[in-house]
Amino acid sequence: MTGFDRATERRPDGAAFIIAAILAALGALLIWQGRAIPDKGGYAGIGSGEAPLFVGLCLWALALTHVWKGLRHGAMGVPRQNPVPILFIIGGLALQLALLHVLGFSIASGLLFACTAAAFGKRNFAISLPAGIGFALAIYGVFDQLLKLNLPAGFLETLIFGG
Amino acid sequence: MTTFDFLLQGLGTALDPMILLYALIGVTLGTAVGVLPGIGPALTVALLLPVTYGLDPAGSLIMFAGIYYGGMYGGSTTSILLNTPGESASIVTALEGNKMARAGRGGPALATAAIGSFVAGLLATLALAFLAPHIVKLALVFGPREYFALMVLAFVTVSAAFGESTMKGLTSLFVGLALAIVGIDGLTGQARLSFGVPQLLDGIEVTTLAVAMFAVGEALFVAAQGAGLQDKVHAIKGSVAMTREDWSRSWRPWLRGTAIGFPIGAMPAGGADIASFLSYGTEKRFAKHPEEFGHGAIEGVAGPEAANNAAAAGTLVPLLTLGLPTTATAAIMLAGFQQFGLQPGPLLFATAPQLVWGLIASLLIANIMLLVLNLPLIRLWVKLLTIPRPWLYAGILLFATLGTIGVNPSPVELSMLMIFGVMGYAMRLHGYPIAPVVVGLILGPMAEAQLRRALAISQGDWSTLVSTPLAAGLLAVALAALVIPPILRWRGKGAVLKQIAGDED
Repeated sequence: MTGFDRATERRPDGAAFIIAAILAALGALLIWQGRAIPDKGGYAGIGSGEAPLFVGLCLWALALTHVWKGLRHGAMGVPRQNPVPILFIIGGLALQLALLHVLGFSIASGLLFACTAAAFGKRNFAISLPAGIGFALAIYGVFDQLLKLNLPAGFLETLIFGG
Repeated sequence: MTTFDFLLQGLGTALDPMILLYALIGVTLGTAVGVLPGIGPALTVALLLPVTYGLDPAGSLIMFAGIYYGGMYGGSTTSILLNTPGESASIVTALEGNKMARAGRGGPALATAAIGSFVAGLLATLALAFLAPHIVKLALVFGPREYFALMVLAFVTVSAAFGESTMKGLTSLFVGLALAIVGIDGLTGQARLSFGVPQLLDGIEVTTLAVAMFAVGEALFVAAQGAGLQDKVHAIKGSVAMTREDWSRSWRPWLRGTAIGFPIGAMPAGGADIASFLSYGTEKRFAKHPEEFGHGAIEGVAGPEAANNAAAAGTLVPLLTLGLPTTATAAIMLAGFQQFGLQPGPLLFATAPQLVWGLIASLLIANIMLLVLNLPLIRLWVKLLTIPRPWLYAGILLFATLGTIGVNPSPVELSMLMIFGVMGYAMRLHGYPIAPVVVGLILGPMAEAQLRRALAISQGDWSTLVSTPLAAGLLAVALAALVIPPILRWRGKGAVLKQIAGDED
């Protein structure tokens, strides 16, 4: 949605082997789980276990294709990635996950808001954190109070909107 | 009763003030997300699904369809003024539209896009209304094997037929299919891949996956490119009115775009992005001034914009009549239907005609609303483009998690959001398409059920799958769509396929 050239110039090489390994692992998991299902299939001849088996085998085939392509094509590389913003966003999501039930929706989500803003260059938490908490409180008000969505409440929500 | 009577009845439903309000909210939101880079209609519908649990089903579905239509309108604005497509179906619009904006002709470009979208939306919605009852009749002879063949075709066209690489498309698809297996098997009640985690027994929520891949993945991707440069917005100079020459050069591309877009959307042959690309090629061929292409030819805006709206309406044909989603947005809309206990398909036309025809009639009204929103009020939408990136993405992520927390505030669900978000980022980084994952997740269990039903009917005889001409034909088309593109690429003709990579909407 954002870049024109996103899918144009890259082709995994070293990455192809890592992707192949992930696909093979996922495939192996599916095959193992599919075979573990004690199911004879009834009239159809195929039961609950066959679909995971089939998808697992296809993932293995794709893993082998990745290896083959990775060997044939040289390194093209992906554009340089900046790891700091990624850590900010993932950290924000993790903080929200950890604090959601402790501090309530607004504070936890405000933290996520501030971390995401930081990832995009607004590092001044003294502004972004209150802004995020205020925004999240407004959302809480609309969605929990008006639209009856059940959002986890903390002390802040109880204080403002009542129990 | 004829289609016309049904449509009049539908208009009765659609003119209900509450329904009008839902439609208005839908098209307004749709235009907004279309304009904003970074969020598309698929994501917006996914975000709104949990919010609409308690609301009126008809109204909510009309709102979703309004978002889809609105996204197609709004996307052109970003393409023209920013050279950054607001959603994937507007990529082609940026080619000519942005050149026009640079030449100070942004106004007419926006006008031809909006009016073209209106013409196409109106015609294609009428085509949907008149075509749907016939397909419903046809669908009544469909058995499990035909449905299975149709789904295989949808899998292939969504993942492998277009785009950079068949391997990457299929990889995305099979990852989606693998995720689809998690949970309780609908036919036997057998738990699969749940590893004793109770939250996994329900399977992976389509909304969680879609929100994670589209919102979190996109935010990670954009952030990781570093230095969030704010792109330059071209101000609209002068009036948005089109000259007589603009009109005479636009009306034929509008109609041609509609004629191209609607069938492409209606067949399981990919989404609006493919339609808009084909329309662009056609206009280039038919143009009186082909030398203007690449320097701001109005035909290159009018045609593709009409085509992508017509395709959006076309996508509703298989969705409503067969329950078959062919794009990510349609897949999430299907989840929306299911949320209200409705299964789109031939039966829906019999059991809930007010809803179906109300929906179709609302789309006609939504088109008129969109024309008003997008022509006189266009300057308002352009203001949206000036929101600084940090606040925009912070807001998007806040809403993204809100949807998941609203459905199920469990750590498992939020962890999945994070994991799939990282997966979406990695897939974007390496050029793997996102839409096949979503379509695989929602269509996978349906395809498996149809296959097992077909085989149960035939007592395990696999030849039943090709024993009717229709099923065999559909499978043959699917096979062709799978095999021909790699051959074309191998023979060095892959550039065209690569450009019509179906991405997400």
